[in-house]
Amino acid sequence: MPEVDSPTTRLGADGISRRFGSVVANDGIDLAVRTGEIHAIVGQNGAGKSTLMRIFQGLDQPDAGRVIVDGRPVRFRGPADALAHGIGMVHQEFMLADALTLAENLILGAEPGRWGIIDRRAALDRARQLADQAGVDLDWHQLAGDASVPDRQIVEILRLLYRGADTLILDEPTAVLAPSQVDRLFGLLRALRQDGHTILFISHKLREVMALADRVTVLRQGRVITTIDVGSIDQDALAQLVVGETVEPPQRTACDVGDVILDVAGLSVAGLGDRPALDQVTFSVKAGEILGIAGVAGNGQEALIASLIGLARPSAGRMTVHDEDLAGLSVADHRAAGIGYVSADRAGEGLCRQATLTENAIAGEQRPLAAEARGWLMPGRCKQRAQTIIDRYQVVHGGLGRPVAELSGGNQQRLLIGREIDRSPSLLLIAQPTRGVDLKGIAAIHRELLAYRQRGGAIVMVSEELDELIALSDRILVLCGGRAMGIVDREDASTETLAPLMVGAAAA
Amino acid sequence: MLDNVLHAAILATTPILLAALGGLINRQAGIVNIGLEAMMLSGALAALIAAHVSGSWEVGLLAAAVAGLISAAPLSILVTRFGANEIVAGLGLNVLIAGLIGYLLSDFYGVSGTLRLMPVPTLPRIDLPFIAGVPVLGAILSGKDVLTWAAWILVPLTALLLTRTRIGLRLRACGSSPATANSVGLSVPNLRDGATLAAGALAGLGGAALSLGLVGLFSEGLTGGRGFIALAAFYFGRNRPWPTAFACILFGFFDAAQIRLQGGGLPPELVQVLPYAVVILALTLASWRRRRGPSPEP
Repeated sequence: MPEVDSPTTRLGADGISRRFGSVVANDGIDLAVRTGEIHAIVGQNGAGKSTLMRIFQGLDQPDAGRVIVDGRPVRFRGPADALAHGIGMVHQEFMLADALTLAENLILGAEPGRWGIIDRRAALDRARQLADQAGVDLDWHQLAGDASVPDRQIVEILRLLYRGADTLILDEPTAVLAPSQVDRLFGLLRALRQDGHTILFISHKLREVMALADRVTVLRQGRVITTIDVGSIDQDALAQLVVGETVEPPQRTACDVGDVILDVAGLSVAGLGDRPALDQVTFSVKAGEILGIAGVAGNGQEALIASLIGLARPSAGRMTVHDEDLAGLSVADHRAAGIGYVSADRAGEGLCRQATLTENAIAGEQRPLAAEARGWLMPGRCKQRAQTIIDRYQVVHGGLGRPVAELSGGNQQRLLIGREIDRSPSLLLIAQPTRGVDLKGIAAIHRELLAYRQRGGAIVMVSEELDELIALSDRILVLCGGRAMGIVDREDASTETLAPLMVGAAAA
Repeated sequence: MLDNVLHAAILATTPILLAALGGLINRQAGIVNIGLEAMMLSGALAALIAAHVSGSWEVGLLAAAVAGLISAAPLSILVTRFGANEIVAGLGLNVLIAGLIGYLLSDFYGVSGTLRLMPVPTLPRIDLPFIAGVPVLGAILSGKDVLTWAAWILVPLTALLLTRTRIGLRLRACGSSPATANSVGLSVPNLRDGATLAAGALAGLGGAALSLGLVGLFSEGLTGGRGFIALAAFYFGRNRPWPTAFACILFGFFDAAQIRLQGGGLPPELVQVLPYAVVILALTLASWRRRRGPSPEP
């Protein structure tokens, strides 16, 4: 008997195929998630993970094959159907209504009460009981829009439990969390497994898969490569399975450090209330140097980057690029001074999702381009410029005239980074360079950043991935509560030296 | 003098308040109802005709609610089922209803612009003994028609509906995040249709407050942009019933004051602009205040 039909299989896929035009997203996928296990699905962008999950939620229908629940084929017409079978999903972009309180979000669609009047006491009792079980403390009266990201995520999980789900699908749940928050989430997931819940965990962070999952299924180009016990494989071997080839980590070579490019002294940015978002930060970056910025999310990284590119006006302090004081000037002035900027908010700030590849590729360069042709933007010139960036940074796309929203996250990021580096800025500000990018894409982006440094570029890089900061940076500045806790040199940089600074312990 | 203006202001508020409460529910469910004006207009006409034919204002009110509901239906269906843009569809509805009414008046009644039907039972006003004689309080409470009382009772009821009931919670979820509502198994189109129909019925009653309550006739310009003032009121009140009601009474007050001021030597056309100028001022102030207020963290 194939495992998918076994009574110990909670959720399965039996030969599921799904194609979109000429793209085969799922190609005969067989999967069996056993009752009570944490089952990870790993794969590159475009490996077919999301399509499979959409099918498990009834948001998409397979062209061939069956979804199996408890050994029986089912057909989901939507998430509500899946939920009725006890299967719920926590999406990457959380499904909470911002204008409702956390408690209201919890009960939405299954409100306790009679005659249409909500029994608010019963709702709160149940909410507190669920939070206790999960070992978390939540302010249920807070609006979801004001709640922290990890709290929102917890509420989504609790909502599925409230609705009676015993099988949870989590799509890249740690992409938005800081390391300590990841630990809390994993603790909760382990506790749920203890209670007999089944968890399907999608990730491309292999370290987390190794730490959390019982079994892992590797998808590549829409096919299942293997399903294997996590205990019987190591992380490098798993990475090789995911990519299908060995990924060479980019080589970081010594390079000559030049003149000071960016000099920041006593830079402050006002925050909400009395506490400044950035509090008298001083540092400098030289040509050929990468300065990493470490810190738990929300400790001044955004304010620092925003003030360096001119999006936020510093309340005090000085920032000079090539000895030109830029504090208080406009974004255009900052860019004209030779600063490139890759925003952490790719979809909101970095790119215009509805605009075409060409339009995005020339964004910020429209004036010089137009100046070449008496004020006209010549389509040929624009396309040529876009093509240069796309070729150099290997952006896989379906046409220069297609909207950027159609690109995968990794390709969007490559286009954005390519656009900014291609202007040859003397200083590059980059936040979360590889968020939501798969392993191969991460290696490519790291290679580009190192090559830019080799050419004498200066980089200020914010990342929530400590590994990434340690691998690339020459020095790492740690922020906590908007203050610089210290700058750690490359030789001394490790999780052990950085973590205490991130939570505010003074440098030894 | 003050008593007169207060009395007139409360009565002038009623049509705006009814439409604004409907629009507020609609907005909470995620649809900006630009068609309130049309729904008021059809309600006003239906109320007059039905009250005249039946000889009863109750039937008139019923007809107004039904007429508002019927004119809301195409808007809702276009938006929720066919993905039409709510602004364009709402504007289209306003033009369509105005055109249909013009045709109706000329073809069935042979009049253009204004329809007078005699006799027509207007809304009875409830005089409160004892209180009527008290200054200010009497002007506010006494001598008001049933719709005015209904409108003000609906303010707390709407607040309760939105916060304490299942349907209210679901409507707000639709407005705040349709994807969320959908993912927990709610039908966003159905809920939004319900909200739009309710808005239509309330706006229709608002129209009746004009034709049966205030003037006792119908004219094509009877609503005079009050549907849009209602829109401004719930924007100003940020979709919350009490602040919205406050905005309505503000606009109602200037509407009443405008009529008083017309004898004062100023050009009447200029004075008539007053309530609308107040609307623009109020909205500018509201968004200015909002922008200055603490914004949630990004």
